[in-house]
Amino acid sequence: MYVYNDFDEAFVRNRVAQFRGQVERRIDGSLTEDEFKPLRLMNGLYLQLHAYMLRVAVPYGTLNAVQMRQLAYIADRWDKGYGHFTTRQNIQYNWPELRDVPDMLAALADVGMHAIQTSGNTIRNVTADHFAGAAADEIEDPRAIAELLRQWSTDHPEFQFLPRKFKIAVTGATEDRAVTRAHDIGLRMVRNAAGEPGFEVIVGGGLGRTPMVGKVLRDFLPKADLLPYCEAIVSVYNLLGRRDNKYKARIKITVHENGLEKIQTLVEDRFAAIRPTFTGHDQALLAVIETAFAPPAFAVKSSDGYQAARLANPAFRSWTDTNLAAHKAPGYAIVSISIKKHGATPGDATSDQMRAMADIAERYGHNELRISHEQNVILPHVHQSDLPAVYAALRAADLATANIGLVSDIIACPGMDYCALATARSIPIAQDIATRFDALKLEHEIGPLKIKISGCINACGHHHVGHIGILGLDRAGVENYQITLGGDGTQTTTIGERAGPGFSAADIVPAIERLVTGYLDLRTDANETFLQAYRRLGMAPFKTLLYPAEDQADAA
Amino acid sequence: MSVIVTDTGFAADDWTGGFIGHAANDCGYGVDLPSDTDPATLGQLANAPMIRIDFPSSADGRGFTLANLLRRLGYTGRLRARGHVLADQYAMARRSGFDEVEITDALAARQPQNQWLARSDWQNHNYQARLRG
Ligand code: HEM
Ligand code: SF4
Repeated sequence: MYVYNDFDEAFVRNRVAQFRGQVERRIDGSLTEDEFKPLRLMNGLYLQLHAYMLRVAVPYGTLNAVQMRQLAYIADRWDKGYGHFTTRQNIQYNWPELRDVPDMLAALADVGMHAIQTSGNTIRNVTADHFAGAAADEIEDPRAIAELLRQWSTDHPEFQFLPRKFKIAVTGATEDRAVTRAHDIGLRMVRNAAGEPGFEVIVGGGLGRTPMVGKVLRDFLPKADLLPYCEAIVSVYNLLGRRDNKYKARIKITVHENGLEKIQTLVEDRFAAIRPTFTGHDQALLAVIETAFAPPAFAVKSSDGYQAARLANPAFRSWTDTNLAAHKAPGYAIVSISIKKHGATPGDATSDQMRAMADIAERYGHNELRISHEQNVILPHVHQSDLPAVYAALRAADLATANIGLVSDIIACPGMDYCALATARSIPIAQDIATRFDALKLEHEIGPLKIKISGCINACGHHHVGHIGILGLDRAGVENYQITLGGDGTQTTTIGERAGPGFSAADIVPAIERLVTGYLDLRTDANETFLQAYRRLGMAPFKTLLYPAEDQADAA
Repeated sequence: MSVIVTDTGFAADDWTGGFIGHAANDCGYGVDLPSDTDPATLGQLANAPMIRIDFPSSADGRGFTLANLLRRLGYTGRLRARGHVLADQYAMARRSGFDEVEITDALAARQPQNQWLARSDWQNHNYQARLRG
C-alpha cells in the first residue's frame, strides 16, 4: 500500500495549517461566507440540513487497519460514534462543529489521510475498482495510476475553480466495477496490439439530472501520456464548460453541446502543447508508487478447513455464497463485508464496527481494507482457511449479513434525513425494502439485483444505473417515488428507463415487491437474473406488474 | 485605487503604460483580457509588455488556464491577475504564471498583507513541480 513520503506528509500538514487559518479568518470576519465556501469545500466541508458534514477521502478506496481505527477514533471524539461510507469511496461525518474540523483534519494527517478536494468545483477523490490488486479478472492494479492522478490533481493550480466538479475513475479489470462510463473521465487500463500498456479514455459520462453514458475520446492512450492528456481534457473543459447555468456545467454537457469531434480536436491540440512540459519525472514517480502496490506475500496453505466449515454450518455457507468473489491468488478469496444489515442505514458503520474490521484485516487480511462504491467494506485478501474465523469475528460485530449483490444490498443517498437538497427520504425506503424482503425470505431465490435510491434529481444514489432505480421527488409537498428499470453501471452501462407514474411513500415498497416477485414468474429459470429478464422481455410485462389493471381502473 | 500584490507584499501600481482591449497589440499598452477570451487568439499577444486577465469572481477559474496557455505559448511579459482574487488563490495564480495580482482597496482592507504573504511560499509543497520536474 502507498505510504506518504515526506513531501506528501508536509503537504497535508501545511494544508491543515492553512485551513485552520481560514477557519479563524471566517470566524473573525476577514472572509465572508461566500468567500469561505469554496475554501471549505476544497477541504471537504459541506453545510447540510442540520449541521456541517465532513467528507473524508479514502483515495481509490484503500485503507489499512491503523487508518480504519483512526476513522473510528474521529467518529467517537468529534462526531456521534459512526460514519457513513458513500458511493464515491469516501466516509462522511455528519455532525462536526466548525471549530473542531481543523483538529479532525490533523488527526487524519496523522495516518496519511485528508479531506482535500472531496467537494467543490475541482477534481475530486479519484476512485478505482474496489477489488483492485485482488480480482481474478484484472490485467493490472489500477491503484498506482489512481495515486499518480491524486498527486497530479491535488492542489493543481489551474483546476481549483472549474465550471463544476470533476470525477475520475480507473479500472484495470475486464468487469467494470468502477462505473467508469458514468464519470467525467473514465480510464480503462488496456493493452494495444503490440501488448503495450495504455488506457481507453472515456469522457463525459455522468448521472445527475441529465444522465449520460461516457464516450470514448481515445481508444488507446500510451501509459506515459496519461497526465498531459488528462490535463489537456480538463484545461479545454475549464475554458469551454458553461458557467452560466450550473445544471449545464458538467463536461457531459460540454461534450454533448460541442460534439465529440470538436472536443477531440481541441484536446489533441492542447495535449500536443502540454506533452513537452512533462519530462519524465511523473513516470519515475509512478515506478516508485507501483512498487508500493506490490501484492502482499500470499500464504500457500491448505483450504480443507474451509470446505468442512461450509458443510457444517449453513449460515456460513450462505454467507460464502453471496459475500465472496474470485481472487487471483490460489486459495484466496475477496470478502465483501455488508454494511447493509436489513433495516439499518445503508453505509453507516459504528466506531466499534470499524475497529472490528480493522482487527480482522490485521489478523486475517494482510492489513488491507477497501471501501466499495456500493457502500460496503472489502477485505481484499483472505485465505480460505481463515474464512470461518473471519465470519465468526464479523458475526460478533454484527457485520455478517449475507446479502452482497442481492435485493437488500441497496445503494441509497442520505436524502431528506441529512441532505439540504433532498426532495424525499431515501434511507427509510431502503430500510423498508430490505426489511420486507428479509421477511419474505425470498432474497436468495431472487438472486443478483441492484436497487439504487436517490432522494432528488442529483442522483447521488446512482438510481439511473440501478437494475431498479428509485428517485424520490416532491409533488406538491408530497413524496413521490419514480421507478426506472434496466439500468446498468458496468461495462455495458445503460441508463434505466422510466416505468411510469410515481408511487407514494406508502405504495413504493409494495410496488417493488410486486415487481420483484412478479419477475420470479417471468424468468426462464433461476439462472436468468432480473436484468437479463428485463433485457429479454422489455418494459411491458414489468409495467403490468407495477400498474395492475384494477389499480388503473381505480385511478380512472 | 488598487493594490498590487507580489511575493513581497502590497505595493502601489507602478504600471504607467495604460491598458487597452485585446484587438490592438504591438504597442506599449498593456492588454486587458476578459475571462472568456477565446484561447485561439492568445498567440497574437506575444509582444505585449503587460497582459492583465480579469477575475470577475473568485469562483471563475478560467484566468488560471489562460495564464498557463500564454506562458506555454512563450509569452514572457508581465502577467497580472485582476479582480476578485483571494489571498488563498495567490499560490495558484503564481503557479499558473502570473507575476502579480491587482485587488481593490476594499479587498485589501478585508484581506490584509499578512494573509497574502502567508502564501508567498508558493514554490513549496508543489505537486506539479515534482511531477513535471
Ligand atoms: C448530503 C450532501 C450532499 C449534497 C449537498 C450533494 C450534492 C450533489 C449535487 C448538487 C450533485 C449534482 C452535481 C451535478 O450533476 O452537477 C451531486 C452528485 C453526486 N453526488 Fe452528491 N451530494 C451530497 C451527498 C452525497 C453522498 C452522501 C454521496 C455518496 C453516497 C454523493 C454522491 C454523488 C454522486 C456519485 C454524484 C454524481 C452524479 C453524477 O455523476 O452526476 N453525494 N451531489
Ligand atoms: S441525490 Fe439529492 S438528496 Fe440524495 S444526497 Fe444527492 S443531493 Fe442529496
